[in-house]
Amino acid sequence: MSAEAAADLGYSQAELMIAASARQLAGERNCFVGIGLPNIVCNLAQRTVAPDLQLVYESGVFGARPERLPLSIGDPTLVSGSTAVTSMFELFAFYLQAGLIDVAFLGAAQIDRFGNINTTVIGDYAKPKVRLPGSGGACEIAINARKVFVIMRQGQRSFVDTIHFRTSPGHSGDSEHDRNRGWWGSGPTSVVTDLGTYFFDEEAGEMTLATLHPGVTLDQVRENMGWEPRVAADLGETPSPSEEELRLIREELDPGGVYTR
Amino acid sequence: MSTSKVATMHDAVADLVRDGDTVAVEGFTHLICFAAGHEIIRQRRRDLTLCRMTPDVIYDQMIGAGVARKLVFSWLGNPGVGSLHAIRRRVENADPEPLEVEEYSHFGMVCRYVAGASNLPFFPIRSYYESDIPKVNPKIVPMRSPYGDGTEVYVVPPLRPDVTIVHAQRADAGGNAQIWGLLGCQKEAAFAADRVIVVCEEIVDEAVVRADPNRTVIPGIVVDAVVEEPLACHPSFVQGYYDRDNAFYLRWDEIARDAGTLDAWLKEWVYDLSSHAEYVEKMGAAYWDALKPEPAMSGQVNYGRYA
Repeated sequence: MSAEAAADLGYSQAELMIAASARQLAGERNCFVGIGLPNIVCNLAQRTVAPDLQLVYESGVFGARPERLPLSIGDPTLVSGSTAVTSMFELFAFYLQAGLIDVAFLGAAQIDRFGNINTTVIGDYAKPKVRLPGSGGACEIAINARKVFVIMRQGQRSFVDTIHFRTSPGHSGDSEHDRNRGWWGSGPTSVVTDLGTYFFDEEAGEMTLATLHPGVTLDQVRENMGWEPRVAADLGETPSPSEEELRLIREELDPGGVYTR
Repeated sequence: MSTSKVATMHDAVADLVRDGDTVAVEGFTHLICFAAGHEIIRQRRRDLTLCRMTPDVIYDQMIGAGVARKLVFSWLGNPGVGSLHAIRRRVENADPEPLEVEEYSHFGMVCRYVAGASNLPFFPIRSYYESDIPKVNPKIVPMRSPYGDGTEVYVVPPLRPDVTIVHAQRADAGGNAQIWGLLGCQKEAAFAADRVIVVCEEIVDEAVVRADPNRTVIPGIVVDAVVEEPLACHPSFVQGYYDRDNAFYLRWDEIARDAGTLDAWLKEWVYDLSSHAEYVEKMGAAYWDALKPEPAMSGQVNYGRYA
């Protein structure tokens, strides 16, 4: 489907997701990075639209300059050459909780229309069908980062009407309530999937389809989610990755194609 | 002058880790002391409550070996790879027996150690709002600021392990431990514990520690035993000494998927060996050479001499 369509266009689905996410980081500064695609996204943004981007890792690194593709959020390449290494208490308390983090990336096993995220269990908590990793830092990241970007593949099992467990809070659907919650975070700001990109409507707090990836139809998007999506009035097409973006991804950021092929 | 606390891994675990203990082997991706976990398995400790922010492969091995009845954690996975299958079998199917779990977020776990280390009854954080985590863990409790500004926080209880085991690049014989690279929550977990084992790549003269006191993360006063055990963190890493063995993390995914394969691995690499030195030898020198990084030395600072 879209994977083949993208392949015909000369780039992979992952490369399109990375380029689309990286552009959303334009002008941002302190960014909490995850492993996998978000790591490549942030490194690409630093080389393109966000030269002042500081890569912050929950393992306790501020201002990382990884010389190789980190394979975990605690890779030693994040330490060597970084601006600062802190204890995890300092990282979570002084950097995140105090409001210094502008953007953070979160993944999700399940997400609902309001951006509530489940990374804990599929099924019943006491006797789970699938035991997932749990929060890690995600719960406090959702609450304390000023913007949250989600990057994930979408499908009937991940874009669900009702998540099985709310690990990290999103929007509530009541904008008045959300404004008065008293925390920095206000639910996810954007979601980039293998089919399109979404923003959250400010009043309804609901995920809204902003662009379709090249070759993807609105019907395909509908077939791959558990609710009828809101669609932006000016629904557009996600711009393809530029030659320079593809060169950076392929030659500098993930030459082995670990996350991008 | 401090008295020597130097011990072998066998003796440190035999003396300080007891059946039924609450044990924290900390180290966030970095400095995870697998050799200590293996010794606990080898000595067949039982009914432990294992605490770690990220249980990682080390607790999958220990829980697969049957040392634990309970797990306290904040992120349960094989980092960068996927699941911890031995732990999942116990949580999802009580196979071969149930495993009690108590979970927090990362910040919640860190602050439990901070409360434990600081002799506080609880620690407040801005997390857990509108999350289901407090619904399944009644120890995470909402509280209003007593200063009338209406701020609501959540509090977490102190975590005071019976034993904390941490790894350091170097320590002196008195247990003064110096760590660089990712610091995780080792300091907090050590100060919070009743008993502490410091394992290190090398024991150095006290003068080495005193020449760079800012790098001392754990002072000997809270340490009960110091064990010199090079390469003790494999397949985890030690900044400046050896890299993470990512191939092993990937291989563990295959090994742990099947209880029989896991048992065979434990037999070959833990039970049939008498020490970590034998594990190191069995892997072979070429294996370790491949994990050694090129050096990147820090600059030096001038502490000044004020005589």
